[in-house]
Amino acid sequence: VVKTLALTEGGWKAQPVEAASATTPPLGRTRRRYDRIGDRALLAITGFAALIAVLLIVAIAWKLIEGAWPAINEFGLAFVWHDVWNPVTNVFGAKSFIIGTLVTSFGALLLAAPLSIAIALCLSELAPPSIRGPVGALISMLAAVPSVVVGLWGIFVLGPFMRTTIEPFLQSILGWTPFFTGTPQQAGVLIAIVVLAMMMIPITSSICQELFVSVPKDVKEASIGLGATRWETVRGVIVPYVKGGVVAAVTLGLGRALGEAIAVTQVIGNSLQPFHFSLLSTGNTLASQLASNYQSAPTNIEVSSLVYLGVILLVITFVTNLTAQVIVHRFDRQRLGGR
Amino acid sequence: MEAVSLRADGRSKRRLRANALATGAAVGAAVLAIGLLVVLVGSVLVKAFGALSWNLFTKGPAVFGETGGGIAPAFVGSIMLVAIATAIALPVGVMVALYVSEFAPKRIGDQIKLWLDVLNGVPSIVVGLFVFALVVSAHVPVLGIGHHQSAWAGGFALAVIMLPLVARTAMEVLVLVPDNLREASYALGVSKWRTVLSVVLPTAIGGIVTGTTLAIARAAGETAPLLFVCSIFGQVVSTDPSQPVASIPVVIFEYSESPDHNLNAQAWAAAFVLITFVLVTSLLARIALERQRRKLSGGG
Repeated sequence: VVKTLALTEGGWKAQPVEAASATTPPLGRTRRRYDRIGDRALLAITGFAALIAVLLIVAIAWKLIEGAWPAINEFGLAFVWHDVWNPVTNVFGAKSFIIGTLVTSFGALLLAAPLSIAIALCLSELAPPSIRGPVGALISMLAAVPSVVVGLWGIFVLGPFMRTTIEPFLQSILGWTPFFTGTPQQAGVLIAIVVLAMMMIPITSSICQELFVSVPKDVKEASIGLGATRWETVRGVIVPYVKGGVVAAVTLGLGRALGEAIAVTQVIGNSLQPFHFSLLSTGNTLASQLASNYQSAPTNIEVSSLVYLGVILLVITFVTNLTAQVIVHRFDRQRLGGR
Repeated sequence: MEAVSLRADGRSKRRLRANALATGAAVGAAVLAIGLLVVLVGSVLVKAFGALSWNLFTKGPAVFGETGGGIAPAFVGSIMLVAIATAIALPVGVMVALYVSEFAPKRIGDQIKLWLDVLNGVPSIVVGLFVFALVVSAHVPVLGIGHHQSAWAGGFALAVIMLPLVARTAMEVLVLVPDNLREASYALGVSKWRTVLSVVLPTAIGGIVTGTTLAIARAAGETAPLLFVCSIFGQVVSTDPSQPVASIPVVIFEYSESPDHNLNAQAWAAAFVLITFVLVTSLLARIALERQRRKLSGGG
């Protein structure tokens, strides 16, 4: 009522500036109020969503540690270097899974890193543009192949082929090392390494290709102009220019391999024996132990120990991915500063 | 008159040889890797060929010992799971992206991006464990979830996988929306929230949709997050989201380890369907995203 009165009283042209806002037509006033509410509401809703996204990480860590708490209480940190996983006596330890995870992932890294860099160099430096597009697209498509399909292929195509052809061949050359002893089987650590390498290649090579393309043309041309061969240009100019980025790309691929559960479970054989030196024997990783026990953990302490494995896996991948991020950031800054 | 030899010798010969060797090695490695990947897709095509039939899409699993049967419950279940996941991840992801691109100071925005990348790097099996601990093993008396596996829990696990993908692509597209569109809107006296909702968002919607499509393609093939939260299911088509449902990736996983050749063949057929869906959607989405990106950068 007071507001209406104020409006009818004042001839609003004669009003001083400060008072003018009080006498703007009601439509404008309510609209401005809506706008103020709307702005704040949108800020609150979107900010809340962002908070949820960030808190999700905290929630994951918290729920996992909570679930693993009985096992943490029972076994303590010794869980990490304890070798036995025995559901009968309820004694559990993660050592062989941790070693399995590291061996398969770094093995895959050794295979995939040179291949990825070679593919990226091929596509960015050697291939004519007409091949570059389709092949690059093909490779990035393959990053989209679900891991369960790669694992299916690993069981029925790669496994038998490795057993009958590749592994006997490796044994004939390297049989004297402890890494290639035993009988080749249809499932095993080496097959898991190959499967993981195939899953890393699309990720790593597509990032590397982007990096190599981003090297300024004048730097390459300067090197060629000085009489360097293409290989010398690659080795002396292109690779040093994007070194940090390549390391980050490989680390991101490693993060994927460390956490891969399904494809590894399908081909590694899931043995509960302590990790064996031989790459031909069956093995197990943190993620594959989780994936292969999803329906069969009867006791609470075994479930809790499985979640403990998840906590260890989370820590390992977290450190790996954060390292990759830090390298990327430093690399970006360095390059921006250097230009 | 002395003839000048154009043949490289000595040091330059060595350098050229190193060059040829390196080029050969690079091409060889690339061909090997691409060959392996082509063999992968090729064997799915070949192996699936015999098992593809109409029954696969319309029938449930055969009674033990009989041949035939299909994986209809898995198709229905996968569609349900992905629908639930999208219904959660799309709005939240777009909101996060809007906050970062329209409201947040750069420092906070960078932090959120970093944590989204970290979330994206969390192994999917760990996401499964998380949802197991949060929803399945806890008592939540809403929507009939809690204390047992359910499609709700499975959809939520897939949503956690999708969220960083949706949010990051949405951010990329929102950044491309030209500032002069926003300024033109402000100059007309339009407030910020209306500018965001009726100018910025509609301009970026194409990119957001394609980004979501890519995330759906990824989620549709995820097995690991479902193992703990939605993997113990019956043999018939179920549409009740408070109960666990079958899904294509979990069925492939189980059938691939089965000693039954009939089930192995069905796993290949299901893999063929899954791979076709994933590759076609992600290819289309990539083309659309590229076009959208070019249109927006061209307009700015």
